[in-house]
Amino acid sequence: MSVDPILLAGAKAKGKRPAYFDAPESDRLLSMVLALASDVAVMRERLDTVERLLDANGVVSRADIETFRPDRDAAHERGLLHRELVARLLRGVQQDMEALSADDRPVEEVSRELRDS
Amino acid sequence: MTRRDDIPPDYREVKRHSVFPEVAHDEAARFNFLANLNRHVAGVLGAGNRAAYESRALPAFEKAEGRAPKDRFEIRHAMNRDPYHRFWSALKRNSMEMRQQAGRAMVLRQLEALSAKAAALNAGKATLELDPMVAVPRYQAAVDIHCMPGSYHGEAVPGDVLAGANYDSGIFATTGGALGGLTDGGGQALVKWVRENRPGWAPRRILDIGATIGHNAVPLALGFPDAELWAIDTAAASLRYGHARAQSLGAGNIRFVQMSGEDLSRFPDGHFDWVQTTMFLHELSGRALPRVIAEGARVLAPGGLMLHLEQPSYSDAMPLFEQFMRDWDAFNNNEPFWSAMHALDIPAILESAGLPRAGQFSIKVAAEVDRDIFPPAAGGAQEDFGRAAVWDAYGAWKPDVANARVAAE
Repeated sequence: MSVDPILLAGAKAKGKRPAYFDAPESDRLLSMVLALASDVAVMRERLDTVERLLDANGVVSRADIETFRPDRDAAHERGLLHRELVARLLRGVQQDMEALSADDRPVEEVSRELRDS
Repeated sequence: MTRRDDIPPDYREVKRHSVFPEVAHDEAARFNFLANLNRHVAGVLGAGNRAAYESRALPAFEKAEGRAPKDRFEIRHAMNRDPYHRFWSALKRNSMEMRQQAGRAMVLRQLEALSAKAAALNAGKATLELDPMVAVPRYQAAVDIHCMPGSYHGEAVPGDVLAGANYDSGIFATTGGALGGLTDGGGQALVKWVRENRPGWAPRRILDIGATIGHNAVPLALGFPDAELWAIDTAAASLRYGHARAQSLGAGNIRFVQMSGEDLSRFPDGHFDWVQTTMFLHELSGRALPRVIAEGARVLAPGGLMLHLEQPSYSDAMPLFEQFMRDWDAFNNNEPFWSAMHALDIPAILESAGLPRAGQFSIKVAAEVDRDIFPPAAGGAQEDFGRAAVWDAYGAWKPDVANARVAAE
């Protein structure tokens, strides 16, 4: 087959992509950051699989890893790893969201206020 | 087992049928990450859009214009200048693109084997009819829907199952499993609704228009095993996968036929007892939608059921901000008819097609899935607008001339 699965997997979808940021580089960089985060998450799950197999068997093969199926408790613990990674990754966005309804004054202002009160 | 709705189920809970791709460890992990990313972006960070609107975008609009926004489009233009909404949208767009890449990578590396499996299941079966004379309509070809490269009809090599297998295997990531192990929570809900609302009804022939891979048609076929189910679509690439999938799931009473819902001239008037579309109307066009409904009403038998499962329509009662949020997929996820469709007066279109208002109804339908494994869809501020597995269904019973079951009231 003359298909290059790696290139074809990431083919562009027909239709103009919205520009989300003023600088096109920002759009590109966000895609790269998320791709890296995805692979960190994948590695973390793979490491968890290796650890569980070592706990259970004391030895691990690649085939064991590929066919590993967590029970529901383990799946939940591993899901939490993903959720926590996402939460850490997007902490800045989440704090931006909280700031929208926080009514924070600049700390310089607070500093002057405390000095004078 | 305790339900753990705080985390989407593991990808390995997705049910495998004979043409489902083999899933390597890291492929499952990648979908697990994407499911959690989607849930966080929609469920946690989604709420920031309202805060950004109320604290920044709306006051700025009112200051500049001296009035409130008059429609969802004005809100969108205002929000597209807001840094929070821009970042949030960029995250969500990326998660869709990553989901497509993940699904396609998994399918492409085993494409030859999967296509061969499908071909073996399809060989010599009269229940798969592909017709190269059926054109892909403009509304399916103008852009790649859902940012799926090649949309429902594209092929990497002629005769392959890339489009269908990628669609089937990746829905988990965008919905966090909310559609169930076979992505059939919509179809399962239809069966349940009909059983509860018309006990004992045994439709002889059912037409599912825009069936893609038949994921919502299979539950109808299995739920009504004596019925003859016609699943039609214009995309051969999805149908050949869907037929093999249905065969492997034991649904032998579905015919997958390449045909446009706009032209049902193959069928005589009153041929079907039930005409169904599921999350399909928004992928049509302004002219095609009434044609599909009119043709569907024509081939519907007296006393028969027409039902359309969709996301909620934009009524005057729906706040403009919610309309704007529900419109996100239209402009960011290649659903170009989504916005216009949800503003249509579907009851009026049904009436024009010969389905009087007296027989019409609308209902809320939630995905019917195994709740021990798959979480319910979040509502309220947590809702993933446009993705939630809770639909509005617009339906009508066609007047039955013989016993006037609808007109009797």
